[in-house]
Amino acid sequence: MNIAIIDYGAGNIRSLEYAFDRLGVKAQATSDAEDIMTADKVIFPGVGHAAPALESLKETGLFDLIPKLKQDVLGICLGMQLMCSYLEEADADGLKIFPMSVTRFQTQLKVPHMGWNRLSTSENESNADEEYVYFVHSYFAECHDDYTIATCDYDGRFSATIKKQNFIGCQFHPEKSGVVGQQILQSFINGTLGR
Amino acid sequence: MLAKRIIPCLDIKNGRTTKGINFENLRDAGDPIELASIYSAQGADELVFLDISATQEARATVIELADQVAAEINIPFTVGGGISTVDQVYALLRSGADKVSINSAAVYRPALIDELVQEFGSQCIVVAIDARKDGKVYTSGGKKQSNFRLESWAKEVQDRGAGEILFTSMDHDGTKDGFALDALSKLNQALTIPVIASGGAGTKEHFYDAFHQANADAALAASVFHFNEISIPELKSYLKKQNIPIR
Repeated sequence: MNIAIIDYGAGNIRSLEYAFDRLGVKAQATSDAEDIMTADKVIFPGVGHAAPALESLKETGLFDLIPKLKQDVLGICLGMQLMCSYLEEADADGLKIFPMSVTRFQTQLKVPHMGWNRLSTSENESNADEEYVYFVHSYFAECHDDYTIATCDYDGRFSATIKKQNFIGCQFHPEKSGVVGQQILQSFINGTLGR
Repeated sequence: MLAKRIIPCLDIKNGRTTKGINFENLRDAGDPIELASIYSAQGADELVFLDISATQEARATVIELADQVAAEINIPFTVGGGISTVDQVYALLRSGADKVSINSAAVYRPALIDELVQEFGSQCIVVAIDARKDGKVYTSGGKKQSNFRLESWAKEVQDRGAGEILFTSMDHDGTKDGFALDALSKLNQALTIPVIASGGAGTKEHFYDAFHQANADAALAASVFHFNEISIPELKSYLKKQNIPIR
């Protein structure tokens, strides 16, 4: 198993490399198109502001390359948001793999939404067994009937996990989400995440 | 619902933890990695490493430390102490730190906050504010009084784009008499970014008060955890029983 972590200057890449190390899988940070295209699986990370991230993706040609990838791709945090259609933060189009818009939280609650919150995969919002994962973001992707496979509640429901064919996005950080996050990364390696 | 966070703080000097640590199952009380792993396993929601080394050379070791921590634990952690340049922050984030905390350097030159936010994003820039009952902000570990007032400085820090504020009441720090609830409460009403309460934790009830009464988003403590006066699992189960949202 050979995992490519897309390195375009945005993201806590070291933590991701170590997270896969702990699972006994080799994950290599790279910005090389050939490396990315031939990897078994691809991680599309991202933290920070959407505008410089988009700029960097365009400069490196990754903007056009990522939507064409055929293997499993996991977008994390800003990486997930960039796969959506429109990003309010940059007032620009994303990679348009997913048709949702990414907009800023409009709430009386604290922003950024920072800390541990529950994932919900059911309609039942009072399910006490839902797992906590770690979020840190000020913008969120709206929910979509076809593509949202887990939601989270922060003064309203938003997309916590999205999936379309070989593309999966997590708004939270599985590499920072303790044992639960480790299990999520393991299912991504196994190809069972979201199935 | 977003959970309230419990954050142990480790003071680091020359790459080692400094405060006396009293854990039965700890092989090396000075090893920050071993302590971090234990806290993580016990359910700590985040960790803060505060570098109190006196020299720049000694501080360079904290970058190695960040790398080792990132290798070992899978919860978020913040590194702070003596950070004053964009390059230092870059090195720490690149080594695997999730957030950095700046304090005195931001008071001396507030535009540093803007520069860091622009370069790395709000989410990883924590501004630590040390204040006293006189309402003034202090620098250099609480030794020097600045001209800034707590509330207006906190607002400015937020406006400059910081993602979070770590508020330490120097008059409460080390007393174990509880957090500075009034000041904390006012800050939380005035701010739209998360606030971490620090200074004064002595009992489980103090954490409850910080969350319930003062509406803190997170609470940080050092010695009560290091000396095992409060265990994290017990604290979290107590808070859950009091209906505080806890992971």
